[in-house]
Amino acid sequence: MKALRETEVMVIGGGPAGLSAAVEAASFGCDVTLVDSDLALGGQLIKQTHKFFGSRDERAGTRGFKISELLMDELSERRDSVTAYTNCTATGYYPEDGVLSCVKGEDEYFKVKPHKIVMATGAQERLIPFPNNHLPGVYGAGAVQTLMNVYGVKPGDRVLMVGAGNIGLIVSYQLLQAGVEVAGIVEALDKVGGYWVHAAKVRRLGVPIYLRHTVVEALGEQYVTGAVIQEIDERFQPVGEGKALDVDIICMAVGLTPTCELLWQAGCEMIFVPELCGYVAQRDKNMRTSHPDIWVAGDAAGIEEASSAMVEGRIAGVNVAKSLGHGSSAEHEKRLAEYRRRLDDLRGGEVGEKICKGIACCTVDRWEV
Amino acid sequence: MTDKQRLFNSGVLTEERPGAVKPPQELWESKKNGLVIIECPQRIPCNPCHTSCPTGAVMPFKDINDQPQIDYSKCTGCARCVAVCPGLACLVVDLTWGEADRALMKLPCEMLPEPEEGRQVDCLNREGEAVAKGTVVKVTEPMHDKTRVVHVDVPKDLVMDIRAIRVV
Repeated sequence: MKALRETEVMVIGGGPAGLSAAVEAASFGCDVTLVDSDLALGGQLIKQTHKFFGSRDERAGTRGFKISELLMDELSERRDSVTAYTNCTATGYYPEDGVLSCVKGEDEYFKVKPHKIVMATGAQERLIPFPNNHLPGVYGAGAVQTLMNVYGVKPGDRVLMVGAGNIGLIVSYQLLQAGVEVAGIVEALDKVGGYWVHAAKVRRLGVPIYLRHTVVEALGEQYVTGAVIQEIDERFQPVGEGKALDVDIICMAVGLTPTCELLWQAGCEMIFVPELCGYVAQRDKNMRTSHPDIWVAGDAAGIEEASSAMVEGRIAGVNVAKSLGHGSSAEHEKRLAEYRRRLDDLRGGEVGEKICKGIACCTVDRWEV
Repeated sequence: MTDKQRLFNSGVLTEERPGAVKPPQELWESKKNGLVIIECPQRIPCNPCHTSCPTGAVMPFKDINDQPQIDYSKCTGCARCVAVCPGLACLVVDLTWGEADRALMKLPCEMLPEPEEGRQVDCLNREGEAVAKGTVVKVTEPMHDKTRVVHVDVPKDLVMDIRAIRVV
């Protein structure tokens, strides 16, 4: 095996953004290498059993895992141009010579020198501290979804969900579908953060949502046997008495933060944007970072929805192709106009306001040459 | 914040709002096969209720984030939107159905066990309380995508309370 592989485009992360970027770039004839640290491509999409919102363009009304299958079909049509590695982690970027190091499985190490890179590394779950949160039975929502929807394992019998954003609400609904009781959802704010209709879906099945509440302690010696929840005030200080719930799972859905280590390593200009849930790379409207050969897309560029991640991936894909001289500028502009329109539509609602504010903080008009 | 506002903020509709309105009573009373009720009070980027509507009853969206608006004169109660809506926010209520004190509700259902025709089920309100018993009249799966539309015989006076069923 060659010590240093070459590729025109390296896409890091095979979730909705990375897959979209890869197929889009390949559609212009780019030679693409895609790596994903998971065993299967699709990212979080493969765990999403609910139907997606949006319009027909984003496959509204289609369940998330089906959208992943459609992207995989598209990838398979481009198999001559895209080489995909699963179980393969991009472990480092060396800005001196633009080399990426990757580890496939346990023992295959290789280096790649791409001409252009799309960072679609997704997000990491956040956790909040509370006594006994180390006990088995305290899970991130992603882990609960993986157990349930990827491996078909029921995570427990009775769950406390922490957080009423879209993930907390959707995973609660999926738990009910799997026959798991949801004792309640606690939310620190005074309204659910996710779509109201997702909340209504679980409320009408009898799940209480405790607004202005948080989890203050996990109960149990060897594993979780209960949880204490408590009301909090506007400054998130506890008020009144705690209430013990009989649960064997505490599922944390308190938010995500962009995975951006490689962007830091590459020396991209980074900025902390609370609305996008952490540090993100500054970018132009084409998703190019301050590094002329690196683009960013999806949750790595700011926490949002899979639908917009897919469109951002497409935008990055077109621009990568353009920068490599693949495709006609008429075709680039046509597709970009369409993708920008879709993004504007997706961000036009109540939840989108916050996203737009965040994006305004980290978007530059154009990079100085 | 009022208790009512707090309840709404937790996902329970407490009164009519833009995107969550009752059909006009007179038409509703006489419309065979029923009329749609959509409870979608928040601006979110979503429009399959409109794009799937075969008669144009769910009117075109100026902006995909608009709340749905309904031309009830065009609604045939076909329940396609009930099967399609990702938020399970659409249902159909047929007030002309059965005895004078009964009505037929067409509700989305993605839960197990599967409701079966002829079976008694608990009818749940917006907070999941069982407020009545109902009988499953028919179960369809219009989009063949595991979202079933369950036709349930319910007490007519509870059609604005019942929003889900539970197989018991």
